[in-house]
Amino acid sequence: MRGALLRASVALGLLALWEGLPRIGLVNPNFLPPASDVARTLWRLLASGELLRHAWVSLDRILLGLAVSILVGVPLGIFMGSWKTFERTLDGPLQAGRQVSAIALFPVFILFFGIGELSKVVIIFWASVWPILLNTTIGVKTVDPVLIRSARSMSAQGATLFRKVVLPAAAPAIFTGIRLGAAYAFMVLVAAEMIGANAGLGFLVLNSQEIFKIPEMYAAIVALAAFGLGVNKLLYHLERRATVWREAGGT
Amino acid sequence: MQPSIDIRNVSKSYGGGTAPGGLLALDDVSLQVDQGEFLAILGPSGCGKSTLLHVVAGLTPARGELLVQGEKVTGPGLDRGVVFQDYALFPWRTVLDNVAFGLEMKKVQRHLRAALAYRYVKLVGLEGFEDRYPAQLSGGMKQRVAIARALAFDPEVLLMDEPFAALDAQTREILQTELLRIWEQTSKTILFVTHSIDEAIYLAQRVVVMTARPGRIKQIVDIDLPWPRVDSDVRSSRPFALLRHRIWELLAGEVEKAQHLASPGVPVLGRGQMATDAVAQEVV
Repeated sequence: MRGALLRASVALGLLALWEGLPRIGLVNPNFLPPASDVARTLWRLLASGELLRHAWVSLDRILLGLAVSILVGVPLGIFMGSWKTFERTLDGPLQAGRQVSAIALFPVFILFFGIGELSKVVIIFWASVWPILLNTTIGVKTVDPVLIRSARSMSAQGATLFRKVVLPAAAPAIFTGIRLGAAYAFMVLVAAEMIGANAGLGFLVLNSQEIFKIPEMYAAIVALAAFGLGVNKLLYHLERRATVWREAGGT
Repeated sequence: MQPSIDIRNVSKSYGGGTAPGGLLALDDVSLQVDQGEFLAILGPSGCGKSTLLHVVAGLTPARGELLVQGEKVTGPGLDRGVVFQDYALFPWRTVLDNVAFGLEMKKVQRHLRAALAYRYVKLVGLEGFEDRYPAQLSGGMKQRVAIARALAFDPEVLLMDEPFAALDAQTREILQTELLRIWEQTSKTILFVTHSIDEAIYLAQRVVVMTARPGRIKQIVDIDLPWPRVDSDVRSSRPFALLRHRIWELLAGEVEKAQHLASPGVPVLGRGQMATDAVAQEVV
């Protein structure tokens, strides 16, 4: 109760600063308009449907990039987790690849895939595939050997053992990887939409700044944060529903 | 009558067998377990008693010959149900689905599975808990589920690897009594590994006492206590105390040896030294 009160007062305090500092002129209101101005703009963009149009374009890119990441990262991770030689062989290149920032590679992607949608999906894929791949590998590798032994004692083996024991045991780790991947996807989305895009929340941020519609720029930033938070929450709930047995503490 | 479990000259070594640095866990063990018998294997920790059970389960390959119900064992099979010390329940499955796992492996039809699994949930006294997840159960309840799971696919033999070692004293006694009741109801052959003398005497018809590493059979003790033991206070009877003393004397030396084996720096580890000497001689 006290914790909730404290949290609420911190949030309200920050909002009050945002409202107050530009109003009394301590911060240039042209660069940071008061919170109420931004809120009004946000409402207007929402009512006109413009915000949703941009959000929809962004969501489309994220879903596509993330879907490819899952389709590549999960099977590859399963393979690496269950086959040591394979993992050791690929470890070097993969560790190196992981270190290369997606944003640094964006010019390369544009070179190969053009400035259109494809390079944007590729950069989102590149950013989100690593946590999915790594978490899947670890999840499969760290399945409790006791469970494997128990299933083997009931003559489970091969594909059955994998489907009935390894996969469900690794599922929580895989889900966490996907959730992390989605978070990374949001981070690079904005960068991707700043080059060669004419729609999307990232585009809206940059474009509003360029035409000096500053309240719109902040409204887009707030919307982007809310959007990312919403997707994370959604994934979190999906994850909990799928792994309800983990939360099932107490009697 | 053919024995239920027939272990013939089974040896098991880790890391190169009798070669230098190798570890001999089981040394030429032969043992017959009768149909429907309750047999306990007792020994100091590290004596290879769990290894022996895993060999019978088909989970650990070993030298020698092994027959269960007259059939040569080449791997795990549904003719044997295993109960592990650490429960080994599938945390993502409910109690009922855990118990049904072996039935799925046996390819029992879906609509029969639930009914069969439920019957065994009832047998171990967990009615009303079918839909719980393992995380919602106490240790004793988890081990009940594990017993139900090992029985549900109707194996000939139940193999139990220190199943009650992780439980508190009261729960352990309750489950021991329950196990005897289940044994009487199902008339399965039970091979039960333990390091508790009392548990072995209370449960078993015969107790196999093993030596410290390498594991050999030191002596087989007949437990001629009256049946049923469930309702009588057999644990505090005079014959029980005499048996306990006799087995304790058999074990005492072995436990001491096992402790020497476990702690480094004590003469036993001179093995490595001997090995190097042997190599040196060969070189010369």
